Amino acid sequence: MPHISIAAEKIGSVFGLPITNSLLATWIVMAMLIVFSIAATRKMTLVPTGIQSIAELVVGGLYDFFTSVVGKHIKQFFPLIASFFIFIITANWFGLLPGVGTVGFFEHGKFVPLLRGATADLNTTLALAVISIVAIQYFGFKTVGFHYSRRFFNFKDPIYFFLGILEIISELSKVISFAFRLFGNIFAGEVLLTVMAFLMPFIAPLPFMALELFVGFIQALVFSMLTAAFLNVAVSHGEGGEV
Amino acid sequence: MTGVTVAVGGIMPAYAIGILSSKAMEAIGRNPEATDGVRTTMILGLAFAEAIAIYSLVAGLIIKFV
Repeated sequence: MPHISIAAEKIGSVFGLPITNSLLATWIVMAMLIVFSIAATRKMTLVPTGIQSIAELVVGGLYDFFTSVVGKHIKQFFPLIASFFIFIITANWFGLLPGVGTVGFFEHGKFVPLLRGATADLNTTLALAVISIVAIQYFGFKTVGFHYSRRFFNFKDPIYFFLGILEIISELSKVISFAFRLFGNIFAGEVLLTVMAFLMPFIAPLPFMALELFVGFIQALVFSMLTAAFLNVAVSHGEGGEV
Repeated sequence: MTGVTVAVGGIMPAYAIGILSSKAMEAIGRNPEATDGVRTTMILGLAFAEAIAIYSLVAGLIIKFV
């Protein structure tokens, strides 16, 4: 059985910056999405054909779905949460492709895969989580105004002061829970698939593969939907009275 | 050690997921028109509950492989 490493392996460096295999996978996923978007919007027609209709199906479906979560703020939030969804689902499913994690080279007698699922690296998911939390604060300040800071710093009476401290802690813990939820699910899935493949190479891994497809979808949905729900809380703060 | 971590960490999430699903089924049975809303909310709740099990799994993997 191959050695399972929790951290992504280094495969090279550019100007002293280490390039890990999951970073390479992230770039490939980004390139795929960019090429797809350009191809879908290059020759736009009123009646969509081919690749444009696929893109319209995806974006339209996501728009309707997220409208049911965030309501009237959808125009503001949609680019962020839809990007989260599309990027995470592509990255999750990219990690399931044959060759990812299995094609590689030997370095000092140790096998180093060339590619690794982008979201099976804590750095990627932590970055996504930080973007999400910063965006929540940004939209909170943008929509509610300076009044939004009362959520964290309220000196009017001691109860609100301690509530503010709790709010700060809960925002920080959101980063950790976002990052670990996505990383844990996808990494655990990869470990599960590896163990299954070495336990029984034929037929047995198939249902687990289907399960991982489902998990990849659900985690993308959960990440974007939680961001949407938290954004909704942030922008509606203080709407119902003086707090 | 890994097995104990995951076994103990899996008890409450399993219980929580059971409660969530059974209540959602009940709600859908009572009011079938609300299926879509109940399903999305249930999946969100399931993800929250499952996250706890995943934390223990990550802890277990760290104990095993690091």
